[in-house]
Amino acid sequence: MILVLVETDAHGATETSQETLTFARELADRRGGLTLHALLVGPLADGITQAALTQLGEQGVSTVRHAQHEQLSSYAAGSWATAVATATESVSADIVMAAGTARGSEIMAHVATRLDATMAANVVAVDDVDPLTVSRQVMGGAVLEVMRVASVPAVLTVAGHAVDPRAAALPTQPHVEVFEPPLTESDVVGRVVRVEATEVDDTAALTGARVVVGAGRGAGSAHGFDDLLELSELLDGTLGVSRVVTSLGWRPHHEQVGQTGSRIAPDVYIACGISGAIQHWAGCQSAKTIIAINTDADAPMVTKAHYAVIGDLHEIVPAINEELRRRGS
Amino acid sequence: MTNVLVCIKRVPETSGQILLSQDGQSIDARHVGYTLSAHDECAVEQAIQIARSTDGEATVLTVGNDDSLEQIRNALAVGCTAAVLVEADTENFGPADVAAAIADAVRSRETDATTYDLILVGNDAADTGDFQVGVRLAYALGRPVLTGIGTVEVQDGTVVARGKGPEGTEVFELSLPAVIAVQEGGVEPRYPSIPGRMKAKRTPVDMVTASVSPVGNGRAALRLPPSQPSVVEVLGEGPAAATAVVDLLYKLGVAT
Repeated sequence: MILVLVETDAHGATETSQETLTFARELADRRGGLTLHALLVGPLADGITQAALTQLGEQGVSTVRHAQHEQLSSYAAGSWATAVATATESVSADIVMAAGTARGSEIMAHVATRLDATMAANVVAVDDVDPLTVSRQVMGGAVLEVMRVASVPAVLTVAGHAVDPRAAALPTQPHVEVFEPPLTESDVVGRVVRVEATEVDDTAALTGARVVVGAGRGAGSAHGFDDLLELSELLDGTLGVSRVVTSLGWRPHHEQVGQTGSRIAPDVYIACGISGAIQHWAGCQSAKTIIAINTDADAPMVTKAHYAVIGDLHEIVPAINEELRRRGS
Repeated sequence: MTNVLVCIKRVPETSGQILLSQDGQSIDARHVGYTLSAHDECAVEQAIQIARSTDGEATVLTVGNDDSLEQIRNALAVGCTAAVLVEADTENFGPADVAAAIADAVRSRETDATTYDLILVGNDAADTGDFQVGVRLAYALGRPVLTGIGTVEVQDGTVVARGKGPEGTEVFELSLPAVIAVQEGGVEPRYPSIPGRMKAKRTPVDMVTASVSPVGNGRAALRLPPSQPSVVEVLGEGPAAATAVVDLLYKLGVAT
């Protein structure tokens, strides 16, 4: 049995949780048809629960376990971990998985510690099912580690965009079981006591954007972003920047794309004045089409891109903006 | 007075080209050099700020061999005031082993009248990216833990920590002692000064050994993802290429 912790947003199961379910289902099939269970945690609006159940059915989930407890109204990694560990033990799961998000990684680290299990983070592929051997991203995805996960249960997080979510051949109508995890005081000491509105934080816009205009050192200064912001507006997109840009204080950290920033998967990424070091590539490699604008034709960003324009972004981007405006965009 | 212990890791630079060792078991960083993980740099900065504002001590610790003294000296140069090197052959260490080694060192030092009110680690290492050392360490010591934290303030034995959540900035409050995994973005690491570097050379580093029976990291091999031959289509040079770019944006359906 494989158990998947499912995170939710306003539309039901998150995109990365659906990817994780697809990954889990394909692993379950290779293990000779293990059943696939999903876990929801905490109170959810009816509409979100219904949407999630439909999505979980499309992913071939047979049983949905839903942890409910009055203490689950605010997030605490310890409480979520107790919900996961309880569900894992009650069904004797062989493998327990979550998406490799901030929360998924945090919760699974607690789960693995409590269950004395081995955890493989940011898995992208299963090399062998017995003994379980996976490939996972290390060095920000620039290197893959082939790792044996000998413990039962095995704890895995799946790297974002490692697979596309695909519906099962036979959709299911999952059976829902509600349970109350045995939370203790130590589970809730690390709970969120309040959420503060962040002044401006477009992280969600960045990770969900269809078009991202990227900017690196080539922007030149904190004043070098006007044309880039205009381009992103003309394309109904979002600005994303490399680590050097935030380190120099030119733009806020929440705009950072990379190993220590957001991981994006837009339809089009226009990387302007970005050399394409591993730190950055880790965050943008899942873009479907990459257009690089750079003065250096040999920059890694250019050689890894699908399309490139060689030259100064401060000359090229205004020309693109003008052409877009001329055509009425 | 808050005594802070900040645990760091020496990792290969990721700015250059990555090569693997001949046996495919490790990264050959001889030519690119080593550095600190970005998250660790922020943890060091946070440790210094807290120690200074409370007249406490900021102790830097790492698990490894003499090579890691380079990273320890760098942390001392920016303001850590004491240092511990837990000597171990970490070649096959997994996150549980690193956490066990740190916990062992913390326990043995805390019996010698030192207490670490707050232990900071980087959220995840730039090389192995396991996301586990902070959590495993906290459980080993029986202390509460937070991960993904940008800023930490200490007031009267209480920690107020903030991190980025799905709906805004999440605020946590814990009593000390506690373990916190710091993420880049909350504080800006400072640069070392010349006097700082001089002082770092003179600060003694406590060498300790940890008794750990490693469970290992499960590593069978490392491999580089298959290198894709460059398929880049150069649309042109300079502003004259704007027309071709806009044609492409229409073709891709993102301009209307």
